[in-house]
Amino acid sequence: MSGKPRLTYFNGRGRMEPVRWLLAAAGVEFEEIFLETREQLLKLIKDGALLFQQVPLVEIDGMKMVQTRAILSYIAGKYNLYGKDLKERALIDMYVEGIADLMQMILKFPFSPPEAKEKNIASVAERATKRYFPVFEKVLKQHGQDFLVGNQFSWADVQLLEAILAVEEKIPAVLSGFPQLQAFKTKMSNMPTIKKFLQSGSPRKPPPDERYVATVVEILK
Amino acid sequence: MAGRPKLYYFDGRGKMESVRWLLAAAGVEFDEVFLETREQYEKLLQGGALLFQQVPMAEIDGMKMVQTRGILSYIAAKYNLYGKDLKERALIDMYTGGTDDLMGFLLSFPFLSAEDKEKQRAFVVQKATTRYFPAYEKILKDHGQDFLVGNRFSWADVHLLEAILMLEEKKSDVLSGFPQLQAFKKRISNIPTIKKFLEPGSKRKPISDDKYVETVRRVLRMYYDAKPN
Repeated sequence: MSGKPRLTYFNGRGRMEPVRWLLAAAGVEFEEIFLETREQLLKLIKDGALLFQQVPLVEIDGMKMVQTRAILSYIAGKYNLYGKDLKERALIDMYVEGIADLMQMILKFPFSPPEAKEKNIASVAERATKRYFPVFEKVLKQHGQDFLVGNQFSWADVQLLEAILAVEEKIPAVLSGFPQLQAFKTKMSNMPTIKKFLQSGSPRKPPPDERYVATVVEILK
Repeated sequence: MAGRPKLYYFDGRGKMESVRWLLAAAGVEFDEVFLETREQYEKLLQGGALLFQQVPMAEIDGMKMVQTRGILSYIAAKYNLYGKDLKERALIDMYTGGTDDLMGFLLSFPFLSAEDKEKQRAFVVQKATTRYFPAYEKILKDHGQDFLVGNRFSWADVHLLEAILMLEEKKSDVLSGFPQLQAFKKRISNIPTIKKFLEPGSKRKPISDDKYVETVRRVLRMYYDAKPN
């Protein structure tokens, strides 16, 4: 019983962006409903559409899915982006969870006070270059393959590319010193579904701006 | 190449407790290495044992797994506590996502000042009784089955029981108004492996105290103040 997946969220990246990335990478078209007012959110809650009264919400295969990780795991499983066995899945889970920790720092950015911004950028730079990027640089160097896990395109590759681009928006030279990641970025960006997602007119959302922040704050108050 | 799983963490609940619960529920015996000193931690780091320089870490089936959710997902799948298909797994992931968020509010608790503890207690109880418990109450009421997903014991049930007990430690009558959850709690507590885990002498850890806080701060050199939600 299908129809395209339908995403309900604010009109911006936030916690839904990894879902847009993954669906796009899998070549799956989807629809979006954007929350503009608090009334919309309250109605969704009243109608029982949001299990824990929160978005993201993804309507997919007859389910009203919430919890970003659950949504992403389902998509990855359904579209064969989750490795070939339990151990590959374990690696993918480790990698995406680590990347999610890094992305969490970026998620908070727009909502932190202006005086904290420089400090936050420095923290992200530090974590990215000392904790996360070295791990993936090493993984790629050691096996010499194009993809992070099992010589096959997976959710981990999509997530890492998204993170690289997000960090680069704040720290343009962040990949200097990571030649494997530079090559990875180029290769992944050129995969047909990803290339399409990176072109203008795709569902990819721009970096959060003040209007986005104001909308979120207003709706979630 | 199995041997028993070996868990590396502090001697306390923190992020590892859910792993202890799940292994115990699955009837899997495991060993533990407790971090007491900074030197131990640095040795683990230098040896490359911690992928992102963090614990929890679980040595299991030849892997050094980090990232709690990754560890839990692996254990759930390996021991058939992850539903029978992709859709049941989706439900289990959703439900454990909720209980993870709820228990997550309690992670900082031991590190808070006495005054902030009171604030946080009220915050968590409010979230539990207005957001999370009603959701699980309804799920159980709607299908009338013993377990949350697929009429079969799963990771979701273990995780919810853990969350319920943690909340009850903060407010003993937190389940009043949730008859389904009260019955659920009794039922799941009586499952043999879980019953055993709830008895003294098991690997279940007590509520974190000042000694635990001191150890974590010392090992991680984490001296900043935690803030309530």
